[in-house]
Amino acid sequence: MNYIDNIAFAILLIIGIGFFVKNSKKIVRNIKLGKKIDRSDLPKERFNNMLKIAFGQSKMVKRPIAGILHIIVYAGFIIINIEVLEIIIDGLFRTHRVFSVLGGFYSFLIGSFEILASLVLVSVIIFWIRRMVLQIPRFWNKEMKGWPKNDALNILYFEMILMSLFLLMNATDNHFQNLNVGNPISQYIAILFQESSFITVKIIERTAWWLHITGILIFLNYLYYSKHLHILLAFPNTYFANLKPKGQFTNLEAVTNEVKLMMDPSADPYAAPDENAAPPEKFGASDVADLNWVQLLNAYTCTECGRCTAVCPANITGKELSPRAIMMKTRDRLEEVGANIDKNGKFVEDGKQLLNDYISSEEIWACTSCNACVEACPVNIDPLSIIIDLRRYLVMEQSAAPQELNSMMTNIENNGAPWQYNQMDRLNWKDE
Amino acid sequence: MNVPTMAEMTAQGKQPDVLFWVGCAGSFDDRAKKITKAFVKILNKANVDFAVLGTEESCTGDPAKRAGNEFLFQMQAMTNIEVLNAYEIKKIVTACPHCFNTLKNEYPGLGGKYEVLHHTEFLKSLLDEGKITIEGGKFKGKRITFHDPCYLGRANDVYEAPRLLIEKLEAELVEMKRCKTNGLCCGAGGAQMFKDAEKGNKEINVERTEEALESKPNIIATGCPFCNTMMTDGIKAKNQEHNVAVMDIAELIANAEDL
Repeated sequence: MNYIDNIAFAILLIIGIGFFVKNSKKIVRNIKLGKKIDRSDLPKERFNNMLKIAFGQSKMVKRPIAGILHIIVYAGFIIINIEVLEIIIDGLFRTHRVFSVLGGFYSFLIGSFEILASLVLVSVIIFWIRRMVLQIPRFWNKEMKGWPKNDALNILYFEMILMSLFLLMNATDNHFQNLNVGNPISQYIAILFQESSFITVKIIERTAWWLHITGILIFLNYLYYSKHLHILLAFPNTYFANLKPKGQFTNLEAVTNEVKLMMDPSADPYAAPDENAAPPEKFGASDVADLNWVQLLNAYTCTECGRCTAVCPANITGKELSPRAIMMKTRDRLEEVGANIDKNGKFVEDGKQLLNDYISSEEIWACTSCNACVEACPVNIDPLSIIIDLRRYLVMEQSAAPQELNSMMTNIENNGAPWQYNQMDRLNWKDE
Repeated sequence: MNVPTMAEMTAQGKQPDVLFWVGCAGSFDDRAKKITKAFVKILNKANVDFAVLGTEESCTGDPAKRAGNEFLFQMQAMTNIEVLNAYEIKKIVTACPHCFNTLKNEYPGLGGKYEVLHHTEFLKSLLDEGKITIEGGKFKGKRITFHDPCYLGRANDVYEAPRLLIEKLEAELVEMKRCKTNGLCCGAGGAQMFKDAEKGNKEINVERTEEALESKPNIIATGCPFCNTMMTDGIKAKNQEHNVAVMDIAELIANAEDL
């Protein structure tokens, strides 16, 4: 017996999955660079959110055309993976269509896979048309030039090729076609090969089979380099998303302690600082490690669909701010920090940071904190929280607020209102 | 106008049912003061046992917090909480969604736990209890569109109370294309009210006003003093100030009642 192809298959599988595991570990490590935030509360509510939003795609269908097409591709992706399981067993154990022992049910399964695969193919082609022919604006914002654009197209081409290979593989499987059940689509492709010799068809079938599984493994590993991680991370991302009202910003504990001390009449203003005390915490964020791990998970999860940017009032009116770009830049910086750690064993100062080197203060100050981006995100990413953390750093660590905001804050401090009115005049309206 | 303060009430040994948190805009901004007065008229008409803090009120700290100045926010918050807790306040109503959001969501973590209502929610409860009636009259047949304040709508999921009140006026409620969860900001939030906008090709309030005008309203209704300013400016920019009015829900009701 000749085991070469089984061994080749096993090696391919090990390399493919091995690389994926290695890179996944890097992602987990990078996410853990973020600060702690407790999201272990309300597991039931979180699980339901995940079911509804990630699994059930409830926010996707808010834009019905894209939403429904996406559901088809998503369902296809999940369901056709059952076929991948068969391919793996066949590849490892020299079987051929091992699940065909299921008989009629197998025909039903493969038949539905074929229908799904063709629907996925059609959907992906429509996606391509929306991007490249109709040029839907949110796919053409400034931040989508170069790699992000090619990345999105690569993924569409990948899916087109994988689905075509699956159908071709079935069409050229003579034995399968002779049974003539479970081949609602491939039987029409099979007609193309009626004139071909047995051996030619066999070669095409084997080639399609090998390319299909190789393609899947390549795609799996492409995820790490692409914007497409959402197919996995959408689940944890929706699970760990913020459950509080969107208007509720966090109260910084480090600040609370300081303010309490200031307001404590019995505090000794001349007391020597505790020598063992930890150095004071940095207020706000200037780099990725100042963000919390959920914000970093958000950055990896973002698939750059641009629904956030399409509804952002600042972006709509031509400002520099794009919530999608906030997420993309956060991820870019995080990956740079990760690569730095890979190279040096630990992070070595590189003279760069998220603020200014990636995200400009002009972007940050254009935000109205309206939460439209947070609402629009199909997987509950929160760009606003990052914007606010960067503002906090600018204001509390650098005193770098726009001058007009400094006046507003001075007024609040001095007279308890954002304008220069006396607190004593607060009730004057009563008699006006 | 009968506007008791907490200090007066306490001196008389009384505790009101609800504190009306006026807010900085409601206290000082000429346009917003009219909203404050309209709301007080309704409170008096409905015999609501309320009081204000008057000169003891101070900024909630909202604009400071949105601008990133957590320090100033918490100083304001803790000072206000000391006052509110000293008066043993249990329930607060405010006509400003920014005060509403901050008092409701951000004060509890700093020791200020109150039941906080936006004035549209409070007016709806007065209506449900039969303390006010708003039927027909002045606004019958008028087209009114409601601009959702971000800090009332998306931030706190209050969409229905203001709309229900408009419908009670027997007015025709017309929705803008972007409304409720998809509502477009007026441009004032996140401390933008206090600064010029960044470089762009349009002002946000103009974008929003144009959308409101597409629904061909007689009145643009709001529930926020800042949205009111922004939409009023937008209407002026479009030279529509003689055709379209910008009014707060409280003003609509006070007007309907001829208060």
